[in-house]
Amino acid sequence: MLTLAGIAVLVVGFLIRLNPLLVIAAAALVTGLAGGLSPVEVLSAFGKAFNDSRYVSVFLIVLPVIGLLERYGLQERARMLIAKLRGATVAHLLLIYLFFRQTFAAFGLTSVGGHAQMVRPLLAPMAEGAAESRYGELPDKTRWLIRAHSAAVDNVGAFFGEDIFIAVGSILLIKGFLEQNGVTVQPLELSVWAIPTAVAAFAIHAIRLFLLNRRLRRTLAGVLQKADGE
Amino acid sequence: MITLEHVYILAGLILAAFAILECLDRSRPRHPGSALFWGLLAGSFLFGSHLSDLLNGILALSLILIGGLGLLAKDAPESRPQSERRRSAERHGNWLFFPALIIPITALLGTLFLKNMTIHGVPLLDAKQITLISLGLGVLVALAFAMPWLRPPVLSPLQEGRRLVDTIGWAAILPQMLAALGAVFALSGVGRAVGTVATAWLPLGQPLFAVIAYCVGMAMFTAIMGNAFAAFPVMTAAIGLPLIVHKFGGDPAIMGAVGMLSGFCGTLATPMAANFNIVPAALLELPDRNGVIKVQIPTAIPLLIVNTALMYVLVFRF
Repeated sequence: MLTLAGIAVLVVGFLIRLNPLLVIAAAALVTGLAGGLSPVEVLSAFGKAFNDSRYVSVFLIVLPVIGLLERYGLQERARMLIAKLRGATVAHLLLIYLFFRQTFAAFGLTSVGGHAQMVRPLLAPMAEGAAESRYGELPDKTRWLIRAHSAAVDNVGAFFGEDIFIAVGSILLIKGFLEQNGVTVQPLELSVWAIPTAVAAFAIHAIRLFLLNRRLRRTLAGVLQKADGE
Repeated sequence: MITLEHVYILAGLILAAFAILECLDRSRPRHPGSALFWGLLAGSFLFGSHLSDLLNGILALSLILIGGLGLLAKDAPESRPQSERRRSAERHGNWLFFPALIIPITALLGTLFLKNMTIHGVPLLDAKQITLISLGLGVLVALAFAMPWLRPPVLSPLQEGRRLVDTIGWAAILPQMLAALGAVFALSGVGRAVGTVATAWLPLGQPLFAVIAYCVGMAMFTAIMGNAFAAFPVMTAAIGLPLIVHKFGGDPAIMGAVGMLSGFCGTLATPMAANFNIVPAALLELPDRNGVIKVQIPTAIPLLIVNTALMYVLVFRF
């Protein structure tokens, strides 16, 4: 039962926001000691496992390609593509962005998009603009709601697209962890089984955006009428 | 025969270049911690197979200390100015996406078609690691296409790669460290111990309950820790492997893939995942720091239900 202390260390360490690497080292040490190993044996076992798991970090080899393309305007090109969507409704705009984000992430381009690069400078202002052109000046609450939805599509798209790409940390971690426990799976098998959830995420979030559009229409059209009556 | 070891040499050389470029960089204050970190990781890829377990352990511990104590560069070196990047984006158009697409396409085609290729009876590629070898191949093909097309300075893939790796920082080795932790868990019998506790306290005698406990547990643990990567070893050692795979004969690939994605539902719903949820609220100047989370929860909950149902329907069928 003492072997479970390592899990407690891991959970508490992450919960109180210590650096995750240090938490992992502490959890490994506690687990190993509780399992009857000496400190040197724990270090050796961890070293062997670290070495056997090198393929988990192999995703780093794609960085020179992505970095090179960014130097030649990959992010800027993606922004130009999104900027072409001017004139769409809020829900349409966000839905198309969600599709873009998921598709790009599925091809390993998780870095295309992001809150600082895409949402704040481009997507959120465009979404607000789309609502303004339809309903006029927006109440602050609506403005915030639209901004929050802009951030949300970026997260949903990235989370439920990236695992379709084989060389992403989470897929390789799954492979690595299972292999350390004596179960071998191929990265491709894992990424294929990420597709059903990706489709479901898109469908569910599409419904959410449709409901957002309806809500905007109801609340804002109401505001306009009241303003007319007064 | 080309094996995973060759991919490791490629990775090692790239990482060694990051370390050397860091040492040569005069454009910003020196970061010896970064040079040492990427240099050690390069050493692990290049020579790890020839080192003793204890030396590999010391190497891993050094990486943990350098990364964990915050000795890495926090700012990334600049790329080209944005005005130049924009002009380049206009000139090259959507073809800019193409070299990036070469990588997964090569990986996929390689996995499907290069598996059994032989030269004079000797297999060309190690079939067991075909996907990762094809990935390495994809990187080389993408560079072979992009370099003559864009004609950048020769070192710029490495310089720009270093820029990206600096933005990732110590988190780059988090998945590998968690995988290694998995081995210590396995060695110490954590799975068995948790399995005993879990079956004593939860009605996990039915496959359905085990799947629900695993998926919902992944989401909840992720929400508590703010990180699905950290929740995965815990929940998989506790319920995923001992119950879903070993006891009920579920498919480990489906269990792992859908389990991780259940964890991501938790990421959508927690302030602990600050980068995704709290930082954007600040960036977008929302008065409510949980504003983004509140919008995401109504997607996270139905998606978690769908994930649980998907796993239950699929995991025992394949």
